[in-house]
Amino acid sequence: MSIPFPSDAWIKAMMEDLNQSQAYEEAAKNWEGDFYFVIEPGGSLDHTVILYMDLWHGKCREAYEVKDPEARQPAFWLSGPVQTWKKVMTRQLDPIQAMMTGQLRLRGNMAMVMKNVRAAKELVESCTRIPTIFPV
Amino acid sequence: MWYFSSPLIVYGEDALSHLTTLEGHRAALITDDTLVRLGFAARVIQNLQQAGLQVVCYDHVEPEPSLEQVQAGARFLLEHQPDWIVALGGGSVIDAAKAMWILYARPDLEPEAINPIERFNLRERARFVAIPTTSGTGSEVTWAIVLTNRAERRKLGLGSREAIADIAIVDPALVLDLPPRLTADTGLDALTHAIEGFTSTYHNDFTDGLCLKAAKLVFEYLPRAYRYGREDAEARAHMHFAATIAGLGFGNAMAALAHGMGHALGAIFHIPHGRAVALALPYTIAYCASGEPGSTRYAELAAYLGLPAGNEQTAAQSLLRAVWDLMKQVDQPVTLAEAGISRDDLAREMEWLVAHAMNDTQTIMSPRIPDESEMQTIFWQIYSGEIDL
Repeated sequence: MSIPFPSDAWIKAMMEDLNQSQAYEEAAKNWEGDFYFVIEPGGSLDHTVILYMDLWHGKCREAYEVKDPEARQPAFWLSGPVQTWKKVMTRQLDPIQAMMTGQLRLRGNMAMVMKNVRAAKELVESCTRIPTIFPV
Repeated sequence: MWYFSSPLIVYGEDALSHLTTLEGHRAALITDDTLVRLGFAARVIQNLQQAGLQVVCYDHVEPEPSLEQVQAGARFLLEHQPDWIVALGGGSVIDAAKAMWILYARPDLEPEAINPIERFNLRERARFVAIPTTSGTGSEVTWAIVLTNRAERRKLGLGSREAIADIAIVDPALVLDLPPRLTADTGLDALTHAIEGFTSTYHNDFTDGLCLKAAKLVFEYLPRAYRYGREDAEARAHMHFAATIAGLGFGNAMAALAHGMGHALGAIFHIPHGRAVALALPYTIAYCASGEPGSTRYAELAAYLGLPAGNEQTAAQSLLRAVWDLMKQVDQPVTLAEAGISRDDLAREMEWLVAHAMNDTQTIMSPRIPDESEMQTIFWQIYSGEIDL
C-alpha cells in the first residue's frame, strides 16, 4: 500500500526500511547527526512539512513528523520544494546534484557530510524503496 | 540541471607570457621549493612583475598536501592580502592553492568542510591562475581539491565549483624536462581521468568528446613522451594538452571507483596519485563490466580507441588489456605486489583501505558500487593481478 508523502507514516516507513538495510548500516556506520527534512509547498501540499530523523551509526533511532520546528535542534537541515523531493525520490534527479545546484539546500556540519557521502546515497536509496503517493 | 565549468585556457608556446596582461595589485605565487630551485618560479615572478604586480611567494607546498599545510598557506594569504593567487606546480600545489584560496575567503572554515554546496564568494578576495608543471592532474581546469588528513591517513575528495581557476596557463615548455617516472605517473592519471570521466554516472554530452579525445592522445603520446622526453616536443605538448582536456572532461563528469580506491592506496601506502589510480583502473573496469549488462560504456570507448569492442565484456577486456599494455610500456607496476606492497601490509591495512574507498566522494559515481566484501576482493585482485571477467 502506498503511503502519502510527506507524512508521519511515511517517515516511519523509511525508518523501518533503513533499519533493515545492511547497505545503509555499512555506509553510515560512522554517521552521527539528526535531520530535519523540510518539504516546502507545491501541488496539493499547501504548507511546509518537517520530518525528523535521528540517524546514529547506521541506524535510525527515531522518526516522526514535527509540528513545532523549535522542538529540536537537529545537526542537519535539508530543505526544498516538494517537486524536487519527488524528483530525487523517483530517481529523476541525483541527490548530490540537487544539493550542488541549490535545488535542495543542506545546512549542517559539512565536514561530516563530505566524509560520509555514501551514507547520503544509501539514505536516498531507502527513500526510493518506499511506495509513495506524492502531492504533485 | 548541471554545470560545465572551465577557466580561460591559454595554451601553447609562450603561454606563460599571458601573465604580463594581468591587472591587479599583488599576486601570491604558491609553489614548491623544487620549482623555485629549477628557476620556474623566477620566470613566473618576472612575468607578474612585468604586469606591474607586487609578488609574494609561498614555496612550502609538499606532495599530498595536508589540512594543516593549507591552513598555514591561508594564513600567508591573509597576511599579504593578494588580489591574484597564482599556483605553479603539479596537482598537489594547485589543489593546495585552491584550498588556501577558500580559507582566505572563509578563515572560519575547517579545510575538511570545503564542499560544493555552500557559496564562498572567492572572487571577492582574489582571482586565481593555475599553471601546471606536470601533465596529468588536470587540476588547472577542475574545481576538485584532494587534501590529506594525516591523522586519519585518509585522502579527502573535496571541492567547490567556485574554486576553479580564472585562467589556466598550459605551456608545454614547463614539462619538457619532466622526469620519466613522473611523466608515467601523471600521464596515467590523465588516462584514468579520461576513462572514468567517460564512464562515470555523471557523464554528459558536454564531456564525452573531451574524455574520448584525451584517452586517445594519452595512448598515442605517453610512450613517446616517456621514452624521449624533451627530444620529442610534439609528444610532450600533446600530453600536456591531453591532461588539461581530460581534466575538463572528468572535472565536469566526475571520476569514479579507480579514484576512490586510488585515493585510499595513496593515503595508506604513499603510492603517488597517478600510479595508484592507474593500478586500480583495470580491476575496476573488470568489476563494473561484470555487473548489470549494459550498465557501462566500455564498448563505445573501446570502439573509439580502435580496440575490439564486439560487446560489453569484450570491450572491457580489450580496454583493460590496453591500459595494462600502456602501463608496461612506461615501466609501471600493474599489481600492488609489483609496486612493493607485501601481502602482510595489505592484509594489515585492509580495513582502512576499504573504509576510505567506500566513503570516497568519487566512488559513488561508479556505474557499479561495491559493498565492503567486494571492495576487499578488488584490493586483493590489485595485489595479485588476477582479473575476474
